[in-house]
Amino acid sequence: MIKFDGVTKRYPDGTVAVDDLTLELPSGQITVFVGPSGCGKTTSLRMINRMIDPTAGTISIDGEDIRKKDASDLRRGIGYVIQHAGLFPHRTIVDNIATVPYLLGWDKKKARATAMELMERVGLDTKMAKRYPFQLSGGQQQRVGVARALAADPPVMLMDEPFSAVDPIVRKSLQDEFLRLQSEVRKTIAFVTHDIDEAIKLGHRIAVFQTGGVLAQHATPDELLTDPAEGFVTEFLGGEKGLKRLRFNRELDATPEPADDRADEDEVEAAER
Amino acid sequence: MSVLAAGGEPLVRWSWIGDHTDELTTLTLHHLKLALLPIVFGLIIAIPLGIMCARWRWIYPPTLGVANVLYGVPSLALFMLFIPYFGIGSGGKADFTIILPLTLFSLSVLVPNVVDGLRSVPEPVRQAATAMGFGTLRRLVQVELPIAVPVVIAGARVAAVASISLVSVGVLIGNGGLGQLFIDGYSRDFTTPIIVSSVLILALALISDGVLVTAQRLLTPWARTRRSNG
Repeated sequence: MIKFDGVTKRYPDGTVAVDDLTLELPSGQITVFVGPSGCGKTTSLRMINRMIDPTAGTISIDGEDIRKKDASDLRRGIGYVIQHAGLFPHRTIVDNIATVPYLLGWDKKKARATAMELMERVGLDTKMAKRYPFQLSGGQQQRVGVARALAADPPVMLMDEPFSAVDPIVRKSLQDEFLRLQSEVRKTIAFVTHDIDEAIKLGHRIAVFQTGGVLAQHATPDELLTDPAEGFVTEFLGGEKGLKRLRFNRELDATPEPADDRADEDEVEAAER
Repeated sequence: MSVLAAGGEPLVRWSWIGDHTDELTTLTLHHLKLALLPIVFGLIIAIPLGIMCARWRWIYPPTLGVANVLYGVPSLALFMLFIPYFGIGSGGKADFTIILPLTLFSLSVLVPNVVDGLRSVPEPVRQAATAMGFGTLRRLVQVELPIAVPVVIAGARVAAVASISLVSVGVLIGNGGLGQLFIDGYSRDFTTPIIVSSVLILALALISDGVLVTAQRLLTPWARTRRSNG
């Protein structure tokens, strides 16, 4: 469990990026931080792995204050995925994925074997192992990014708009596979997006941030849709009209168990009828 | 100089080349040494200097200013500045009268290229490295410097070609590698050594450029083409 306790980030010029945030991210679940730009969602995410230090308050992972650990050690235990993948252009795919195992001093063979295994898990052909990032499509690079974050099997993953830079069709398949993967690995995930549809599709819990770094509402997707907070949250969800659309999509997506392909197709047909 | 001196003398007397292969080889090798050692020394100085300039940005403008002013000094004047320390002539200590000024010249190309190379590291890559748990030094050595290599080599190519041509100026203080043959040719009104040395200098420039291009291809196979997004 990741716990924010009264966390504030104030910059020297007086700007408050995050304002007195208290929030719990349950273990093994996806918590989505959503909100407009400048709402402090990315800042909050980056405080978890100490890329940014809070001005006040504490953050703990499984009860341990993150400031007690060396920053690099802490980060090696937290997977990190970002928008444009941020792959190392000078390293092959397999070496990109094995980055953290190498840093942790694993045996090279073991690190590579793990990386190859992960390539398969994220749906990449292992023939690509010796290629360089520039030879891959945006969607493939993003899969490598996810595999790289998972390589040392960290309990916690931070994902900053990981699927925002790819086209909608690729995004949908990345999201679906991400959910399937998460149902196997059950990481504690903090996931940042500005896209409310993505938040509702992926999140077990959703934290809606509003401009000025204030947490406006923290709820499950269903609670959010049935009982959105007045004012900012309702507006962010697109008012009555937007809520109707989101609820409708939610029902389409609702499947008792992680969707298999056939169920998906049935739903698409149902939607088209 | 009259190009066709001593009526009937051809532009290039081929037999002269055959008679002087030993001398030509020695001069070519010496020329290479005078021209390329400055690039090696230049890199040794420019890499740490460039790293500092990229890290502490305020150092960069004054550093670049000094390097550019040095580049503006006529090469001959700079050579002469070092004569009191290393002397005149060819070989031994005197070679540094040429090598050190050329090292200083190379910095005006190499330092900006090291800085640009380090700045060419995309911000998401830098951030990803930090977030994966690279410390500052490790990130520099394993991520930033390797990514800077193509830009640094591009700078080394420019500096090497400039250096190869500048060595010839050293002939005016008695140490110009193949440039030595210019004087020889002019003083005897004999075109062959002038043409031969010009061709050899050009060839040296082309070959060293080719070597550096090849080195870049081998060292950075990942930089060969730009990604077309898919």
